[in-house]
Amino acid sequence: MTLSVVGLSHRVAPVELRERVTLDGDAAAELARSLGDAVCLSTCNRTEIYLDGPSDEQAVAALDELAGESLEGVLYRLSDDAAALHLFRVAAGLDSLVPGEGEILGQVRSAFERVSCGPLLDRVFSHALSVGKRVRTETAIGESPASVSSAAAALAAQVFGDLTGRRVLLIGAGRIGELAALNLASRGAEIAYVANRTVETARELASRFGGQPLALDRAASCLGEVDVVVSSTSSTEPVLSAADVPDRRRRPLFLIDIAVPRDLDAAIARLDGCFLYDIDDLEAVVSETLAGRRAEAERAEELVAEEAVRFRSWRASLEVVPAIASLRARAEEIRSAELAKLNGRVTDAERRTLESVTTQILNKLLHLPTVRMKEAAISPDGAAYADAVRHLFGLEDER
Amino acid sequence: MAELLFWPAVLGYGEAAFAYANARTSPAATWGVRVGWLAQTALLGVQAAHTDGFPWSSWAGSLNLFVWLVVSAYLIWGCRPRYRLLGLTVMPLAAALFVVARIGGGTRAGHSSGYGNLFLVLHVGFVLAAFAGFTLAAGLSALYLWEERRLKRRASDVLRLRMPPLASLERLSRRTIAVAVPLLTLGLVAGFVRLLADGDSIDALEVMAVLTWFGYGTFLVVRPTGRNAAYVALGGFALVIVLRLALSGSHFA
Repeated sequence: MTLSVVGLSHRVAPVELRERVTLDGDAAAELARSLGDAVCLSTCNRTEIYLDGPSDEQAVAALDELAGESLEGVLYRLSDDAAALHLFRVAAGLDSLVPGEGEILGQVRSAFERVSCGPLLDRVFSHALSVGKRVRTETAIGESPASVSSAAAALAAQVFGDLTGRRVLLIGAGRIGELAALNLASRGAEIAYVANRTVETARELASRFGGQPLALDRAASCLGEVDVVVSSTSSTEPVLSAADVPDRRRRPLFLIDIAVPRDLDAAIARLDGCFLYDIDDLEAVVSETLAGRRAEAERAEELVAEEAVRFRSWRASLEVVPAIASLRARAEEIRSAELAKLNGRVTDAERRTLESVTTQILNKLLHLPTVRMKEAAISPDGAAYADAVRHLFGLEDER
Repeated sequence: MAELLFWPAVLGYGEAAFAYANARTSPAATWGVRVGWLAQTALLGVQAAHTDGFPWSSWAGSLNLFVWLVVSAYLIWGCRPRYRLLGLTVMPLAAALFVVARIGGGTRAGHSSGYGNLFLVLHVGFVLAAFAGFTLAAGLSALYLWEERRLKRRASDVLRLRMPPLASLERLSRRTIAVAVPLLTLGLVAGFVRLLADGDSIDALEVMAVLTWFGYGTFLVVRPTGRNAAYVALGGFALVIVLRLALSGSHFA
């Protein structure tokens, strides 16, 4: 069994090329099936084909056909340990554009689950999924947000904890504001109001979130009822001043100002219980968290390398499995033959006892050699061990 | 035996105190806390088995028990990766106080105590458990104030050096106090029952203990929030420190 991978990613190919070979889930699975025992992983940043077999020419030809040109200069080809390590890094998000992004793990799972693969691919993909999970559990690589909108939601969660039921006022219908609102909503927050200069636009956006539309000049009136404010208008004048913030009876208010020029009066930040972040603050937070991700990536690389060694051990143990199986079969054959000689000379009860005792003797006798052979399999002389066992027990014919 | 158990306990706590300083080693710190706590639990068990009467009736013995209660409370509430900085606050304190308890002879076994077991279990046990709760609440409140300040000042590393959310810190601190106040109440009632039975008069320490109880009781009734709640919890803890220090000077004399 030989594991190989052929593909291209954002590291080696520009988007113009990647988009030509990107396939949706069904098409990727179809391509994999046409190649035999294969898995095709296709995302916006990579298209890779994993195969059980040494020859990847068919896969290369399929990718060339999709691209409409020869990809020889940009394709990477890896095999065995290097291919497994690559897949583990991909699943852990270490090969992603944003280190540690979590979406790739789901994409690897989806690619794997869409096809029915043989034992090698089954094992390496199952292992890769557990590596991805382990990296996300044991390192903080995926904890920090990588965009301004997700940082805004994460900061709100840092104040309130669970955002379920927290009410949000969205001022302005800009794209970044909408993204921040989407992030907040994905954490359970309720987009209660959408205020905009054009009420029609507010209504359209509010209907998507299930909130109420408001005219921009009425935004201040609902500050007492909300927990989070996201503002992203193109107004040249401040939309909310410190005087607009009512007494909230010590309930915190988290305000995100993504607009340039700023919508929210900086004096709001000085009010008790008010936390105000503008676009510069958010970008500084994102920049810092990305630096943190890179630091965590080093830890993640160590974990991935450790898992790659485990996978190599498993693969190496496969080399000695036939010898172990032959040895056990030979022993069982001898045991059965010797017991057969007692036919008619022992009672059923005595036979059962003899069956049990001889089976236990065999198992105990063969346990240590089995373990030792598996251990030796990962060393350079592992094959010699297996050969020695075959020779000593006369198993050569059963290779 | 008890003396031997001191070492794994103090090494566990000490290792935790150092390991919590680094995010990479914080899982090892958690194991240090667990191992240390188990060793100290065994130590307390040995002391209980080999002492005639209540084993922690000296100021040093009570400090030993206090450390165990603080670490126990920490294991229940805060021994999680997000609360690493709480560990960094609590574990060095626990390790240092444990060493002081040993220097004062509080980790020895085999001595005898003139106090009845039931009274001391009720009085010392409950009061120290309450103090341990107040200590933890103070740690959580200090974390709250620090985190709130970072969020207010828009520190760029606020998500990198991730702490528990403000709401969680406030809730945990309040709950810890809500558990500790009834324990203090029981401990004080047991003390006053004995005081009345012996016909002794109330000393300054006892007045202060009542004031502390009153302060925390008011906290639970008024339910301050945010920074105010944190300040009150820290103020109450200042009284607890005074009480703890005064214990060694007067109450055990």
